[in-house]
Amino acid sequence: MLGLGLAAFILVIVVLLALAELVAKRGSKALTAAVFLAPVGLLLGAGLVVPAARTLGLSMFDGSGENFVWFANFQWIFTDSGAQIILLNTLLWVVLTPLIATGIGLLYAVLIDGKRGEAIYKSLVFMPMAISFVGAAVIWRFIYDHRGGTDQIGLLNQVVVWLGGEPQAWLQMWPWNTLLLIVVLIWVQTGFATVVLSAALKGIPAEIQEAARIDGATPWQEFWRVTIPSIRPAIIVVVVTISIASLKLFDIVRTMTGGQFRTGVVADSMWFQAFRLGEAGRGAALAVVLFIMVIPIVAYQVHNLKRRQEETR
Amino acid sequence: MKKDRRLPKRFLCVTASAAAIALAATACGAPDEEPGEELPDWAADCDTYADYGSFDGETVSISSSIRGDEADEMTAAWSSFAECVGITIQHEGSGTFESDMRVRVDGGNAPDIALFPQPGLMFQFVDNMVPADADTQAAAQEGWTQDWLDYGTVDGQLYAPPHSANAKSFVWYSPSFFEDGGYDIPETWDEMMDLTETIAADGTTPWCVGFESGEASGWPGTDWIEDAVLRESPELYDDWIDHNIPFDDPGIVDAFDRVGEILLNDDYVNGGHGGVNTIATTSFQEAGYPVADGECAMHRQASFYSAMWPDDVEVAEDGDVFIFQLPGDEPGDAPMLFGSEFVASFSDDEAVHAVRQFLASADYHNLRMTTGSWTTAHQGADPENARDDALVRAVEILHDETMTSRFDGSDYMPGEVGAAAFWTGMLDWLGGTSAEDVTSNIENAWPSD
Repeated sequence: MLGLGLAAFILVIVVLLALAELVAKRGSKALTAAVFLAPVGLLLGAGLVVPAARTLGLSMFDGSGENFVWFANFQWIFTDSGAQIILLNTLLWVVLTPLIATGIGLLYAVLIDGKRGEAIYKSLVFMPMAISFVGAAVIWRFIYDHRGGTDQIGLLNQVVVWLGGEPQAWLQMWPWNTLLLIVVLIWVQTGFATVVLSAALKGIPAEIQEAARIDGATPWQEFWRVTIPSIRPAIIVVVVTISIASLKLFDIVRTMTGGQFRTGVVADSMWFQAFRLGEAGRGAALAVVLFIMVIPIVAYQVHNLKRRQEETR
Repeated sequence: MKKDRRLPKRFLCVTASAAAIALAATACGAPDEEPGEELPDWAADCDTYADYGSFDGETVSISSSIRGDEADEMTAAWSSFAECVGITIQHEGSGTFESDMRVRVDGGNAPDIALFPQPGLMFQFVDNMVPADADTQAAAQEGWTQDWLDYGTVDGQLYAPPHSANAKSFVWYSPSFFEDGGYDIPETWDEMMDLTETIAADGTTPWCVGFESGEASGWPGTDWIEDAVLRESPELYDDWIDHNIPFDDPGIVDAFDRVGEILLNDDYVNGGHGGVNTIATTSFQEAGYPVADGECAMHRQASFYSAMWPDDVEVAEDGDVFIFQLPGDEPGDAPMLFGSEFVASFSDDEAVHAVRQFLASADYHNLRMTTGSWTTAHQGADPENARDDALVRAVEILHDETMTSRFDGSDYMPGEVGAAAFWTGMLDWLGGTSAEDVTSNIENAWPSD
């Protein structure tokens, strides 16, 4: 099977190159481009455009996919009390995670910058990145675990007991449970922020910093007026990446609470509605809402990229 | 209800081996008996299966939510049949059976046979299902009363005969604990509430409860509510599960309140685990363990819980733990809730029909009871084949046609309610949402058609 697939792949490439060769001989640049773009266009169409259009269509049908219901599914998302909680949770995720993860990452990167053993400090905070979301969720579920009485197996509750407090069922208390889940993603993503921002810090020309110091800037002023503006593009990349990760977050919620106790988020309940309840319409509508929420972030990113290209030109 | 998870034993073994391999080797090494070892002679004799025909190396796939030891025991029960008729039966147990089935059926990749614990969910796939053929129908009609077959029938056509059956309205208790405390088995619900108060006053938390069951968390709560509704009145119960009355009918709210007197009272729950807020996160498999340790007096759970006790706990009237029927409002009138799996099929293949026919036969049901803790309502099954005294009693009750009994309501309701909103509703209710709000939320989730 594998050999057959590889052979087919090579055949396609050979045919494509031969075709391009033929076209190139006739000297039409546009046609050559078209030949090379066609497979990509085809795959993008089949894998992205068609499913997206179909999802959009499905979002206006009911659960069975047979009756057209206009915007009833969207009305459900914005009026149902359960669905509203999901939107609110998603908002919490997308606002808090990038801000806190980037903030901690930046602080950490600045603190370890140029210190002895920087590489070790960096790998320590980067390590959670190597753990899958599900793995991280399982680890943190143990940390938050709750037992009645004084015998705790959860770290957090054991600390509470040591301090003389009552153990709490953390993952059942809304909105704290959502905040505690957010901590997990922050734990995973801070390493990414640290590494990217640390690299950006190294890229700041020493002359600028020196000049600022000669002009009598305090370390505080130097940080806000020199360091931050210099690494602004890197910060934006980090914030945008983490924002998108938190918008489409699924694994942590699914593994730790299964969306129970009002911890559901859009990506998780999209799956739940479509595949557990058979409400394909509602699932698709949630997917569309998720898509709409990603658009401004992506648009901002594209806008920034363009501006930088113009600046460097 | 779902009766699939027998994981904790395994899970504990894995954890234990991480901590102390030597201990694990003694505690979890070889299973106490190999399933299938104790099959009677007639089971291995191929003449027994002569009527099913013979097939040449065909394969039939079966999907279910049954995993672990229980799956091995089930496979053992049909192993001789499969060998004799020449069919390879591939069983696949999944922890996410409910969502898997939707993906597989919609994707045209359905298994040949699926064991659905919820008829409500099963009939969402009725368009893709293959009705029982004449032989299977004959076997099913011989095996079950019409009431039972009705749960697997649509428009007069039998689609899915039952598989296992569980009697659910049981309370597990420790006979020695009751004897030491001078407690009597309650005859009525009021007596049970008095007993609860007495035990609490004597210093033991009377009830232990656990609703956690992964994706299906909350289902043990639905059983509590169903039992309570059935005790309000069987007519109310029938109207409720058929949606002739709304889910938030005052009668249903009353049932929630009746259960709430126990489950929402920190003095009455959760023995051995903590308080009310531990119910939602205590796994249903381990919830009853404190009964054997005397840290909790009573645990309401179905007969299948017999399989979940640790190996060193003896299930018998004079043993460590035993059952009594959850009492009704009048002495001697204890309605029984029961659940079952149904054998649905998505293939019209001859070999698949042969397997279905065998699964509906008395032979299979008798064999299955000998390979592991299991109960059935099959009329041809001998209760004495059941593994322990509690299971024998459960099978006898399942055969008793005079008893007021009803099918598990949450499994009967549409999947959106019975396998989703009702489950999460139970967790919300424990979390402090009022019974009125919980029931009206569930009512809103009921599909409109």
